[in-house]
Amino acid sequence: MKIWRYGDNINTDMLFPGKYTYTCSTPEEIKPHILEDLDPSFSKGVNEGDTILAGKNFGCGSSREQPVVGLKEVGIQAVVAESFARIFYRSAINQGLILIECPEAVRAYSDGDTVELNTEKGEIMIAGKRFYFPKLPSEILAIRDAGGLIAYTRAKLRGKNYTDY
Amino acid sequence: MGKTFAEKILARKAGLKEVVPGQIVIVRPKHLLTHDNTAPIISKIKEELDEYGIVDKNFPVIVLDHVIPAANEKTALNHKKIREFVKRQSVKNFFDIGTGICHQVLFEKGLALPGTLILGSDSHTCSYGALGVFASGIDRTEAASLLLTGDTWLKVPQSIKITMKGKIKLPVSAKDVILYIIGNLSASGANYCSVEFHGDLEQFSVSERFTIANMGVEMGAKVAVFPVDDITLEYLKGIGIKESSYKAVWSDKDASYSKELTYNLSDIPPVVACPHSVDNVKTVNEVAGLTIDQFLIGTCTNGRLKDIEVAAEILKGKKVASNVRLLVLPASKDVFETALKEDIIDTLSKAGAVILPPGCGPCLGAHQGVLAPGERCLSTANRNFKGRMGCREAEIYLASPATVAASALYGKIVDPREVIVK
Repeated sequence: MKIWRYGDNINTDMLFPGKYTYTCSTPEEIKPHILEDLDPSFSKGVNEGDTILAGKNFGCGSSREQPVVGLKEVGIQAVVAESFARIFYRSAINQGLILIECPEAVRAYSDGDTVELNTEKGEIMIAGKRFYFPKLPSEILAIRDAGGLIAYTRAKLRGKNYTDY
Repeated sequence: MGKTFAEKILARKAGLKEVVPGQIVIVRPKHLLTHDNTAPIISKIKEELDEYGIVDKNFPVIVLDHVIPAANEKTALNHKKIREFVKRQSVKNFFDIGTGICHQVLFEKGLALPGTLILGSDSHTCSYGALGVFASGIDRTEAASLLLTGDTWLKVPQSIKITMKGKIKLPVSAKDVILYIIGNLSASGANYCSVEFHGDLEQFSVSERFTIANMGVEMGAKVAVFPVDDITLEYLKGIGIKESSYKAVWSDKDASYSKELTYNLSDIPPVVACPHSVDNVKTVNEVAGLTIDQFLIGTCTNGRLKDIEVAAEILKGKKVASNVRLLVLPASKDVFETALKEDIIDTLSKAGAVILPPGCGPCLGAHQGVLAPGERCLSTANRNFKGRMGCREAEIYLASPATVAASALYGKIVDPREVIVK
């Protein structure tokens, strides 16, 4: 598993350039452009199960969801950051992408350190050192666990069993 | 203990006696805003739309503005799909290309009313805070779900109280004030928070409040909101909205805030946000002399009548510097037509401006003024992120309409106070 390390205020234009927002909407269309203006090596080098470690305010800017859809599509296990911008955070819940807000863990990381995640327990291990992060409220986890908001809403409309949020 | 704006309005919308920060509530917004992104939104829920339809034909507000007129086959097809959807689902509030930028259109059409809750699949939905609306951005997926069900969850935010004291000194404007505040608070300084503006607000028109609220998201705010006062009432009356058709909400005097800040507006000079972050704010003097290739006046932040009028006053009878481009982007058809009647468009055109159709234009880098590598743009828009105007090797500087217009005369950044001799 590779760790992709980025700094503060990584905005949505860096994650997915605005010029493609109205021509690329499906995961397949988004994939080649993901992180294009931040790190052109990312889309070719990323593998399923990789993790992103970032600073403050990750995902600030636009409400476009291609950054989240793209990160999910390439198989990012989780984004661990010191903090997230709110629309991005919400969008990740809607797509079922795991975001972990844990500033201590991000600050403890040095290049080459091992990173292990346990989202069930709300734990992250950096080079063997354990950090904790709060779990999402159950009503929100229900959306993520349903496979995202569309699947959740679909089940709700069809009157299937679901946890009401 | 008193309550903040956010606590009061979310309690009302959730049908609860009171709510506290951190609490999750289920709410039904009055409207859902979507724009050109309506096409990818509805494509996510094609079957459900056929089976169940949209929750209420009055609920969505759809404005085509982001890439208008269509720039290529793909965007043209998106527009076509949206028009067909509007017809099929009998969407009542649809505004086709040329009406204006979505946020401006909601204002002008009286769809953003005090005390209401509006969510929009656009980060600058927070603009309606200018009229005392709890308005916030969401993604496309949530917009799709809302189209079907009409409701969603919100976390009750912490609130920040910003008190503005004293008067700005012209040509310093609302844009300088909000850039200055973001520079001070940082791009994440109001993350997840409801920002309330208090103090000497009577100096700001609804249009100027719009500029300030519009940029709330650039410091991470969930909502950025002004109280409803005589200026708001006058504005709403002017567009034919009766006072009885809404119920304004404002914070109690003894409400509890996570942060309270005061800014002395008379101390704020003209400022510029430098690449590639909106909080990289410097005084105009610190960057004076920097050469610029393209100037942009307009967008949802500064494309209203007063904004382009200020620019026209500076440019009247003069010409922009040779070898630079000046683009003017009125925020709506109404703004454009009024500016036309008042000879503002004529003045700007004669000074060398290219007038763009009312829409988002080059702001998000899709068309109509994309930058080349190595170029610099001085713009009245709200974002200067790397690549924002279509090229990652270009630089974007943000400033007020007065600073942009004055600078266009010289082809470099100048202090508007030195150009306007009044």
